[in-house]
Amino acid sequence: MAKSKITALDGAHAVAEAMRQINPDVVAAYPITPQTAIVQTFSTFVADGLVDTEFVAVESEHAAMSTCIGASTAGGRVMTATASAGLALMWEVVYIASSLHLPIVMPVVNRALSAPLNIHCDHSDSMGTRDAGWIQLYSENPQEAYDNVIQAVRIAERLLLPVMVMQDGFITGHGVERVEVLDDGAVKGFIGEYKPKHSLLDVDNPATYGSWDMYDFYFEHKRQQTDKLSKAMPVIVGVGEEYGQLTGRQYGIFETHGMEDAEMAIVVLSSASGTARMVVRELREKGIKIGLIKPRVFRPFPAQEFAEALANVKAVGVLDRSIVFGAMNGDGPGPIYLELCAALFAAGNTKTRVADYVFGLGGRDIIPAHIEQVAQDLAEIAETGEVKNPVSYLGLRE
Amino acid sequence: MAVNLEAGWREASIAGTVFEAGNSVEYLTGTWRSSRPVRDTEACTHCMICWVYCPDSIILVENSKVIGFDYDHCKGCGICAAECPVKVKVHAITGRPGKVIQMVPEVVGNE
Repeated sequence: MAKSKITALDGAHAVAEAMRQINPDVVAAYPITPQTAIVQTFSTFVADGLVDTEFVAVESEHAAMSTCIGASTAGGRVMTATASAGLALMWEVVYIASSLHLPIVMPVVNRALSAPLNIHCDHSDSMGTRDAGWIQLYSENPQEAYDNVIQAVRIAERLLLPVMVMQDGFITGHGVERVEVLDDGAVKGFIGEYKPKHSLLDVDNPATYGSWDMYDFYFEHKRQQTDKLSKAMPVIVGVGEEYGQLTGRQYGIFETHGMEDAEMAIVVLSSASGTARMVVRELREKGIKIGLIKPRVFRPFPAQEFAEALANVKAVGVLDRSIVFGAMNGDGPGPIYLELCAALFAAGNTKTRVADYVFGLGGRDIIPAHIEQVAQDLAEIAETGEVKNPVSYLGLRE
Repeated sequence: MAVNLEAGWREASIAGTVFEAGNSVEYLTGTWRSSRPVRDTEACTHCMICWVYCPDSIILVENSKVIGFDYDHCKGCGICAAECPVKVKVHAITGRPGKVIQMVPEVVGNE
């Protein structure tokens, strides 16, 4: 295992530290709360000469991603970072990065979308780009954010697809925790050198990127994207295993607790999974057969793996930190619920009942009592086989 | 060099990246045209103003003489007709007074 140093870092600084070690050729970024700490810290590294990166202080997030696209087609190792409205403003070019198969890595510090104006955590921003063709990794804490960003470089460059690495705004982004930071040399060795097959700056072999593409070929090019995403999971898992050998911290598709004989399960992303894990452990000690699944990879969605993990589970409570407005008769469940229901249905599983719990919008706290409430509901659903409320809310004032 | 227009998604260039410089000549953009330029070859002075202004390089020139238009790629913008400085009383093709290069409606089978 590689040497590492134990430090106290918040999620944003942990990502900035990972970026220093990655030493990208180009970083083009615009500050936005709560991602600012990443870009601000990284720009200090640039000013202090600790990295060789060309830092482009752009005038907007749309320009940030556009600059990244240019730099990536030019053959560089490229990163940016954003959150919330920044990601929303970037939306058009987020699609272009994936459509051009560019290995751009983008940390996202999850924050609610306006209106009303809110700077705190929910997943509306990154979930809004879930159809954009990027790989999406979610992190529970600063350590995972750091680890995922380093792995993202390998995943992106191996697949030639862009990767977003999420962490929860303020909760993780500004929450100081114990983080093991690898030796600079270990990170350098792990990510290796990026040698693009084609480059815009290779004047001896001129190429045109993002050319005119009508009804005669556009459809085929979209199919190429789905083909790549459908083959991405083994690469993500492989990189996670290699990273585990380097650090002792293994990364896979999702993390499970007590799922072996579980009759009930809770599914939740990112920081809230820590609270859920604690409650699940306590309930397990009382003999209640409940488990936890914390997805790490949301794109591509591990439908098959979920169907297998939940095959013998009677009741599943999905905790969603965003709303798909208008979905399911307008009840507005979250995206994880919708994907999970589709996965179970496609696998022919009509026995497992699923209920969705929307929580934590705009940074609203989730506490152990909320998870206990979900567990109580699930016990009833498991017994009756009936879901009274497909969509309910945790911590909402009625 | 030729692009296989029948290529399936497995064979098609990833993301439509074009690796053959100058291959737009193979893409017949002239099919969009709703009107086309026609030239009075007798009255033409070969001043090359049309050749200078054409944004798609479709004025065909041989031995310093304009010999015609590349209708496979001409989009019918009309800039050549607008910029043509040589006037005629009766155009050899359209029969109208005006310039050596004039625009006529594109019709199927028009050659």
